[in-house]
Amino acid sequence: MIRDYILLGATLIVAATILLIFPDRVDIVTTTSWDYFLEMMVILPAVMVVMGLFTVWVSKETVVKYLGKTSGIKGIFLAILFGTLPTGPLYVAFPMASSLIKKGARISNIVIFLSAWACIKIPQELVELQFLGPKFMVSRLVLTIIFVAIMGVFIEWMIGLSDKKNSSKSTGGENGASI
Amino acid sequence: MNPTIIFINLFALGCLILAFTKDRAKTEQSVKVAVKSFFRILPPVLIIIIVIGLLLGFVPPSEISKVIGEQSGFDGVLFIALLGAILHMPAIISFPLAGSLLKSGASISAVAAFITTLTMVGTATLPLEVKELGKKIALLRNGISFVIAIVIALIMGVIL
Repeated sequence: MIRDYILLGATLIVAATILLIFPDRVDIVTTTSWDYFLEMMVILPAVMVVMGLFTVWVSKETVVKYLGKTSGIKGIFLAILFGTLPTGPLYVAFPMASSLIKKGARISNIVIFLSAWACIKIPQELVELQFLGPKFMVSRLVLTIIFVAIMGVFIEWMIGLSDKKNSSKSTGGENGASI
Repeated sequence: MNPTIIFINLFALGCLILAFTKDRAKTEQSVKVAVKSFFRILPPVLIIIIVIGLLLGFVPPSEISKVIGEQSGFDGVLFIALLGAILHMPAIISFPLAGSLLKSGASISAVAAFITTLTMVGTATLPLEVKELGKKIALLRNGISFVIAIVIALIMGVIL
């Protein structure tokens, strides 16, 4: 966190230096930045509140518990839902996904959960709505959900296929040895 | 005030009131988490805002459009998708950046590809993903995500 503030200071110094060299650009750069600053500040506290609520109310344990035992269409929906609610960067989700595998959850659900976590989280979507507009946000959201669901099922099928090949190879070997 | 801003703030307020009626202590804890998260995300947000100011102040839309605009075609989409796959930054700050690119000459497809690969494909976090989920799942997930990001981007370009 302190490193981020130092980085911010450095960025400010670099920006100020550039603007000193090109004084004719000061107006456009400061106006643009100020506009984006205002646009961000009118939504950021709200986005953080939503994020904070999800962090406290949807625990990792709940997610793992429910996702571990649900399959089929219901599993896909639950995976998407649980992916959209909790917060934090993607690498927080990897250990959760790993414990889901150990619990025997469907590969499709795990892949869908990870992808939903990565790109269709609700606080994130609120910021997308603000800066890219409702049409863009909704169409990307719908397309992403469709393709992520297909990808989950496809990856599960691929993994199943390669596991079957491996197991048939090994049983074939055993049979050969017994004969 | 535009409707989007009102909607976002009402949504947050609604969630907050609902949570408060259910469990006061938990809600207070949530607000504390929110305040902490706000100050943690603030520096990257301010940095990206400065970068956007400089970008729009110094790079003319015609230049942005040449690299990732309509005339750049599929190469432009592929280029920015790769950039998104490699870069590692919080999604929240990628949206104002994407919005500013869109306003100054980038195509819908390019912007959609950038956001989608940025969030779904993680080159920087790939080693960790391999460690936790195994090589097969991690590589398939990232590889296929890259492809579907481009498909999504191209469809967005057609429908919007």
